[in-house]
Amino acid sequence: MQAELIDIRNHLVQHPPFKDMPEELVNQLTASIEIVYVRAGTQVLEIGQPSTEMYYIRSGAAEIYRRSGELYNRVGEGEIFGQFGLLMQRPVRFPAKALEDSLLYRVPAETFHYLFEQDENFADFVEIEDRSRLRSALSRREKSNALMTSRVTRLISRKTVSAPTTVRLQEAARIMTDNGVSALLLMEGEGDNARLKGIITDRDLRTRAVIDALPSETPVREIMTEDLTTIRASSYIFEAMLSMLHNNVHHLPVMDGHEVRGVVALSDIVKYESQSSLYLVSNIYHQQHVHGLKKISYDVRDSFVRMVNEDANSHMIGSAMAGIGRSFTHRLLELGEEKLGPPPVPYCFMALGSMARDEQLVVTDQDNAMILDDSFVPEEHDEYFLALAKFVSDGLAECGYTYCTGDIMATNPKWRQPLRVWRDYFTDWIENPKAEALLNSSIFFDLDGIYGRTDFAEELKTLVAEKASHSQHFLTLMARNALNRTPPLGFFRTFVLEEDGKHKKTFNLKRRGTAPLSDLIRVHALASGSRAQNSFERLKSIAKTSLIVEDDLDNLRDALEFISIVRIRHQALSLQAGQEPDNNVRPQDLSPFERSHLKDAFQVVSNAQKFLRFRYYNQAARYV
Amino acid sequence: MSETSPVTDAIKQLPWPEQYQALADTAKAPVLAAFYQAGCVPAETPISRVPLVALDFETTGLDVDAHSIVSIGLVPFTLDGIQLGQAKHWVVRPRLPLHQESVTFHGITHADIHEAPDLSDILEDVFASLNGRIPVVHFRYIERPFLNTALKARLDEGIRFPVIDTMAIEAHLHPDRKPSFLQRLMGKRPVSIRLPDSRRRYGLPHYASHNALIDSIATAELLQAQIHHHFSPDTPIGDLWL
Repeated sequence: MQAELIDIRNHLVQHPPFKDMPEELVNQLTASIEIVYVRAGTQVLEIGQPSTEMYYIRSGAAEIYRRSGELYNRVGEGEIFGQFGLLMQRPVRFPAKALEDSLLYRVPAETFHYLFEQDENFADFVEIEDRSRLRSALSRREKSNALMTSRVTRLISRKTVSAPTTVRLQEAARIMTDNGVSALLLMEGEGDNARLKGIITDRDLRTRAVIDALPSETPVREIMTEDLTTIRASSYIFEAMLSMLHNNVHHLPVMDGHEVRGVVALSDIVKYESQSSLYLVSNIYHQQHVHGLKKISYDVRDSFVRMVNEDANSHMIGSAMAGIGRSFTHRLLELGEEKLGPPPVPYCFMALGSMARDEQLVVTDQDNAMILDDSFVPEEHDEYFLALAKFVSDGLAECGYTYCTGDIMATNPKWRQPLRVWRDYFTDWIENPKAEALLNSSIFFDLDGIYGRTDFAEELKTLVAEKASHSQHFLTLMARNALNRTPPLGFFRTFVLEEDGKHKKTFNLKRRGTAPLSDLIRVHALASGSRAQNSFERLKSIAKTSLIVEDDLDNLRDALEFISIVRIRHQALSLQAGQEPDNNVRPQDLSPFERSHLKDAFQVVSNAQKFLRFRYYNQAARYV
Repeated sequence: MSETSPVTDAIKQLPWPEQYQALADTAKAPVLAAFYQAGCVPAETPISRVPLVALDFETTGLDVDAHSIVSIGLVPFTLDGIQLGQAKHWVVRPRLPLHQESVTFHGITHADIHEAPDLSDILEDVFASLNGRIPVVHFRYIERPFLNTALKARLDEGIRFPVIDTMAIEAHLHPDRKPSFLQRLMGKRPVSIRLPDSRRRYGLPHYASHNALIDSIATAELLQAQIHHHFSPDTPIGDLWL
């Protein structure tokens, strides 16, 4: 080995099994190495190819799969792969794929066998390591998802960079540049009394200061964001990720009481999990055209499958998919405004249904509406908003969010109205409910502002929260609607299957599982005066009242999680098999474990419906 | 007729493969004749099929007329792999005095130099690794001119060959490297195309030591990353060499 290869040697000897290897052997190993750079996604080892080398990861990461395509292991810097085939002298059994852009060292078979003979420690490592990896793969469920098991504080790598709110723009930009940060925290008060008041980011400097040509001596507090989204230091990384997805922010101050522990940026999480849905989201915001967005939309399904394979829970997957959907909508609105010019009056673009509930999956249609400012004059302004709505709706359809068959979209003039008309709609639905009308409008009771004056949507949420709990008649009719769809469970715990049509001998996990569950949870949430939209969050709100006993709430949560995750896995399997995912499952495709637990879960839904019927329907019948 | 017939402009105009053929006929020194006879791939050859050699010199300074070569590092490679087993490193005795500041930079001492051979003693070994390969360098104004001048001094004839310059590729990718005042205000920082900074953009690791060999390996890795990110294995070599 050339003495000048010391850098390469030094990396090897930091990692087992090269740590304790005799110097002479390490030198021989170093001299035999072939270096190769591969991009993320490159198939490094194909199944069945001859085993000719072992790989050492100098930088980057790789994923090792089983023959079935199931993830077997993930290896990073200083780790090896490909040794199994060499050991067995058999073709490659565990294919490997680069997870990140990686620099790999190839060790030829000849060197591998030489090391195996010469160094017992190395021989033990490659043999035993393989068995322990198999074992760890079995217990993967507990520890695989680092996003769900690591605290957000792990991502804080630098001292917090802050300045007083009185600092001038130019000075703020200089501090950010000198410290190499993309966000600056702004404080008021001194020492222990210092309190976080706001934040400015690179993007704020561009969009607020430079575009408006503000003088460089403008105090930074005039453009800072004061309505801060923060996160508690005890939170998990995935919670930070969900918060960023939901609030469309790229920086989260991490708080320990009043004390700022640091800032977590989108890029920190993306680095942590290079294929995460956040990465996809940041990509969405970089697209300049609808066709660019369309191209990215093909990655949504990969992101979904990856999360499923990483054992993310249904809340996380549903939120991530909804966050992606929101981001597509958000970006389309920005592009639409670029094309059509600024809106003539303020407006709010509102998501309805599963996106608003943060419970979106891969197969979904678009449900949306626009709340316009009360200064809206149809003759003058509606041409603009129709054009914008159409641009967004067509764009979403391009990206795989099909048009809503019920025409609940902002392109429908009925759902493109000023705030006062929306107030009237909701007041009418709640105070003068009619069964038929409510059936079609229950989707509006899952609503969330995603762009523009989101305070308009918040105002509607407040109106619903205040009025709904007082209208027994409204709740009764909502309850009746929630009883329309029953779980597919017959006497003696048998599954009730569809008898005819395309989906003969299957049952529908959405129509007969998650949908009736979220329907009945919505009724209880409305009765509790809750503002929450997500079903799990709604269950938490309901727990604060005495509407349902705690055990039953736990059962509802478990049932929702279980049915959702079976539905999600079913869709992920279809996607991996190259089929179009749907919600129809054949009982024989489920494992005995899943079948048994699914029956329990459906039983929970059935009991909850009986309770709902008793509570609202029978009681109300007496009152009416 | 003088000992050395300067290379005519007509030959310099030829495409590289033909130029090598012509130069093979006119070269006097056996090492150079052999170098040209080993040939040059046609410009349309896909980069993935071209034998390459990453080359790095440490010199006593940047001026080709006032400074000379102190060490040579090289490693043969292709887009598919960098063969460390064939990596070579030589310290050579410069003909011009070693400046104090460059001594501290390279970590090569006067004692090393004193025992080192002259370049002419190792030429055959160096060319054994160069023949039939396209050199790859980071910043093309060092290796080619210094080798040319060193050979002129020793063999009375210079050398001509195409190079791939990973720095020129970075310069091409970042045409607006120096931000304006307004861009600086917005937090935009200048883009450095130095070897370590360029490597960082591709997630390539940092090397603690600096010597001609590790720098040549670093250059080879950088070219692999550049091709995979911005070009393709099918990119013709003619689009890349200078």
